[in-house]
Amino acid sequence: MSEITLVEAVCMALARAMAEDETVLVLGEDVGIDGGVFRATDGLISRFGADRVMDTPLSESLFAGLAVGLGAQGFRPVVEYQFMGFIYPAIDQIVNHAGRLRNRTRGRLTCPMVIRAPYGGGIHAPEHHSESMEALFAHVPGIRVVIPSSPARAYGLLLAAIRDPDPVVFLEPKRIYRAPKEEVADDGAAMPLDQCFTVREGRDVTLVAWGAMIVETLVAAETLAAEGVEAEVIDVATLKPLDMATILSSVERTGRCAIVHEAPQSGGVGAEIAAGLADRGLVNLLAPVQRVTGYDTVMPLPRLETYYMPTEERILRTVRRVLAYA
Amino acid sequence: MTQAASFTIEHTRFLDPQGRPTQALPDFAEDPMAVIDLYKAMVLTRTFDAKAVSLQRTGRMGTYASSLGQEAVPIGAAAAMRAEDVFLPSFREQGGQILRGVRMAEILLYWGGDERGSDFTGPREDFPICVPVGTHAPHAAGVARAFQLRGQARVAVCVFGDGATSRGDVYEAMNFAGVHRLPVVFVANNNQWAISVPRTRQTAAETLAQKAIAAGIPGTQVDGNDVIAVRQVVGSAIEQARAGEGPTLVEALTYRLTDHTTADDASRYRDDAEVSARWKEEPIARLRLYLSDTGQWTKAEEEALIGDCTAQVEGAVAEYLATPAMPPTAMFDHLYAVLPAPLAEQRAELEEVVKP
Ligand SMILES: Cc1ncc(C[n+]2csc(CCOP(=O)(O)OP(=O)(O)O)c2C)c(N)n1
Ligand SMILES: [Mg+2]
Repeated sequence: MSEITLVEAVCMALARAMAEDETVLVLGEDVGIDGGVFRATDGLISRFGADRVMDTPLSESLFAGLAVGLGAQGFRPVVEYQFMGFIYPAIDQIVNHAGRLRNRTRGRLTCPMVIRAPYGGGIHAPEHHSESMEALFAHVPGIRVVIPSSPARAYGLLLAAIRDPDPVVFLEPKRIYRAPKEEVADDGAAMPLDQCFTVREGRDVTLVAWGAMIVETLVAAETLAAEGVEAEVIDVATLKPLDMATILSSVERTGRCAIVHEAPQSGGVGAEIAAGLADRGLVNLLAPVQRVTGYDTVMPLPRLETYYMPTEERILRTVRRVLAYA
Repeated sequence: MTQAASFTIEHTRFLDPQGRPTQALPDFAEDPMAVIDLYKAMVLTRTFDAKAVSLQRTGRMGTYASSLGQEAVPIGAAAAMRAEDVFLPSFREQGGQILRGVRMAEILLYWGGDERGSDFTGPREDFPICVPVGTHAPHAAGVARAFQLRGQARVAVCVFGDGATSRGDVYEAMNFAGVHRLPVVFVANNNQWAISVPRTRQTAAETLAQKAIAAGIPGTQVDGNDVIAVRQVVGSAIEQARAGEGPTLVEALTYRLTDHTTADDASRYRDDAEVSARWKEEPIARLRLYLSDTGQWTKAEEEALIGDCTAQVEGAVAEYLATPAMPPTAMFDHLYAVLPAPLAEQRAELEEVVKP
């Protein structure tokens, strides 16, 4: 078993799913011979053929809609959006159709589809290539929103998403596409959806994050550990539906919580988590729940992008505030 | 059975790939300087593109989309515009932008990751580069509608790629422009590829120009490697639009001679042989052959031009590299006309975080 990157894990999961289930199809722009702009579909066309790995015309609304039709007919389409910034034409299809076909037809027609897109900043990409707009999708009834934060979780969660009978928006943090690497067994084992992962245990404060922000959050946790503060770090992984139970039980023990996300603060998924804690965890809280997020600004172009992103330093400032409450 | 509709798509060319006229040149070309200016603009753009790619390769700039081989399309189109018209480029039309007075240092600044690169000092009403493919076509219709509502004799010119013509946005814009006979010209830079997807996988339509027919507007094709033809055909479409005769779609046939962008590796999906063959048709050599065959261009002039273009580009690069980044809080500066209080709080937090 060798160490692989997150994007290789995505590719491995796609290959695995296609090999075990003939109804799994991959479609999108440049997913064929080019192997996708990030190579997430590298080699799939030579292995599975052009009928199952299809380059579509440049038509983002089209291929979400195609997936609805294919899904209703019993296929399991996995569609790739080149960057999250180009997924918006598909929102009509996602909100008006994918998320509600099952409900509209009382379960007669369904959409077992996966919508994949790289997202997030930090790689000095051009305009519209670095945003984190996961909250838009987390707001939509009837779909799941899943974000892996490591190669192993990319593999296990993508397999779960493909096998899931409902539509899943699967967002891949491209800043950690190529590093760090991790050993991942190609054993076809899916990981649970709708469940948070506790990636570090600690008794003093709960840090909740997802996607690439897990990296900074874990680094901050180590810095805190050197100061004698043990942080528990939770990778939310499935943003919708949200597993509040894991977060609540952690906060029950720590009494303190900070939420870290790269997306803008207002209306972000962090607000949903904070509301969940206010609803059901208030009695356990020793300090206000605080957020470390991107600003409510347009994602700056690369020259200022690092100032937008939550850094270890910003996480530590906030956590120290949370710890300061007696 | 009777015929309900029929259409033909014309194709216009004045110079063949060897630079030989295939028909009498259009009126504008009677002024030798007009043609030489087009040549100079193309050479400047090619020099600029080569430098921009090398800046990216050496880590001094971000991803960049070269227009190598397609210079005639935006340049021919922009040359046919008046200063008061509005240009709406996609992301490969730097040649047209430069011709309209966008400074090369500004273009570098944009691709270098600085928003000020879209705050042109030159054509203040021109739109910035548009990255989400085809989404600017409706903007062009909106700009043209504004001209129409105000009774202005101005025209919007929108350039997008062959891939973009698969987007609903492009069709929707043409359709609306047709309904209202808007003063807008759509130019499709058909460079045969949308990253790795060839034109044949984009649409079964025989030409892109005929997509105009369904929208109820004229569509025409031009040899996009013949800058005289582009200038002429886009020019007459612009003047028709200005005269109130409505929009046109011009499909310019050309070829992307290099990678899609610096982030792409075209050798994964495209034959070198195809590319080499296309080098024989490219627009700059073609016009140079014409100019030298007709005694209008000498080796000395060519050398002087290269020297001049290089110096201009080097000047722009020096200016770009010497431009300090904005302060981090600049990300809040143009979010709203007046920064709302909750954002002022966030701005203050950022100021605090970056304090030395
Ligand atoms: C809506 C949208 N989808 C995908 C992309 C990623 N992308 C950038 S350019 C491009 C191909 C564009 O092809 P074409 O329209 O032919 O223009 P060209 O690049 O050839 O000039 C793609 C898929 C994008 N920028 N916008
Ligand atoms: Mg193209």
